[in-house]
Amino acid sequence: MPGFFAMFLLGLVAACSPAPLGVEVWDPYEAENRARHAENRAVDTALLRRSAHAYGETVPEPVRRAVGNFAGNLSLPGAAVNSLLQGRPDAVVENTFRFLINSTLGLAGLFDPATEFGLHGRPTDFGETLHVWGAPEGAYLELPFIGPSTERDAVGFVADIALDPVRILLPRDARGLAFGSRFGALIGDRYEYSGLIDSTLYESADSYAQARLIYLQSRRFQLGDESFTTYFDPYEELYGD
Amino acid sequence: MAIDDLPRTPRRQFLTRLAGFAAFGAGASALRPARAANPAAAQALVQQVLSEIMGIINSGRSEAAMLAEFEQVFTRYADVNVIARSVLGPSARTASTAQISAFTAAFRGYMARKYGRRFRELIGARFSISGARDLGNFIEVVSTAALVGQPPYEVRWHVSDRSGSNLFFNMVIEGVSMLAVEREEIGAMLDQRRGDIDRLIADLRGMG
Repeated sequence: MPGFFAMFLLGLVAACSPAPLGVEVWDPYEAENRARHAENRAVDTALLRRSAHAYGETVPEPVRRAVGNFAGNLSLPGAAVNSLLQGRPDAVVENTFRFLINSTLGLAGLFDPATEFGLHGRPTDFGETLHVWGAPEGAYLELPFIGPSTERDAVGFVADIALDPVRILLPRDARGLAFGSRFGALIGDRYEYSGLIDSTLYESADSYAQARLIYLQSRRFQLGDESFTTYFDPYEELYGD
Repeated sequence: MAIDDLPRTPRRQFLTRLAGFAAFGAGASALRPARAANPAAAQALVQQVLSEIMGIINSGRSEAAMLAEFEQVFTRYADVNVIARSVLGPSARTASTAQISAFTAAFRGYMARKYGRRFRELIGARFSISGARDLGNFIEVVSTAALVGQPPYEVRWHVSDRSGSNLFFNMVIEGVSMLAVEREEIGAMLDQRRGDIDRLIADLRGMG
């Protein structure tokens, strides 16, 4: 059955045409993406940025950290499952032990003693699993509320919700807590990285293009996807050597 | 034209060989991997840049003072002329020398302010250099920043001595190339100003 599921997802991704070689940014849906970007930016301005500031300025740092730790801990079972699907036993072990240590010694994940044992965790997702399985990146997408993504990562995002052991195993009344902590962590990250996010979203001449470029480059770096690595040599252009 | 019309004489042979040699020479220079700085020198440059940047960050001076010092670091160790011309893209070819130098000065300040503000996030970080490798036309130096309570992150530096001395022309932070980001951003700014470089220069002075 999992095999069938995988085939289904791969089929879905294969249906998206592969990015043409030598083209660093493939964005055939640019007009639609730009419309989503404008909406996302409006949501950030009206809601996220304001809540992030309020959250960052009223909730003390140790509490914010505990919320982030708790949400991060809940992401570990999903990461362990994806590590397994990617055939990376060392990452399975690291994510699993980090989860076990922080869930117990770290009081249900509020604290992070695992980091002190050198277990930083290996964050991963189903988008990466698809990459490991050989699915192409596909076109660039900006998703409503989620932000920058690609066809492959969008499929991965949906699959991660479906596969998430926490969502499946957690009792119904605890799901609200899980969701709430994730929202808190998101707002906390929005506060923590406000320098980078504000400068990209509000200070750049073309925030859509900047977000797209930064997302694609950092995602490829995170996946260790060297197929896009083109080292740009400005001297060649200037001296024509 | 000429060579094939010439009779088979020593002169023709000479010209043929000369042409062949010229072609070989051109091909060889296109393939030439040298000209890049040597890895040890590039690594020393990055070490110097990092220790100066960390010194400024940890000095506890005012933000304005720090940003001015970052600009000096860029002036000394970055190939700002090449970066500035590169981010201007095709417009660099039509701009006057005066415009290029005014743009270079404005861009240097913009870069120091924009990236200098972000350096604040590095307070308490420890940088280590894990190595340097020759990428053919230039050297890539790999450094890692360890931050308290966060996974380490990687900054790659691209160093070249094409302009006469060892200077860096790009920083790649966790896979994100500063040169690529600024090429796109300056390109978008120019588009907004319908290609008016003078307006761009004036506006850049207050940005970043």
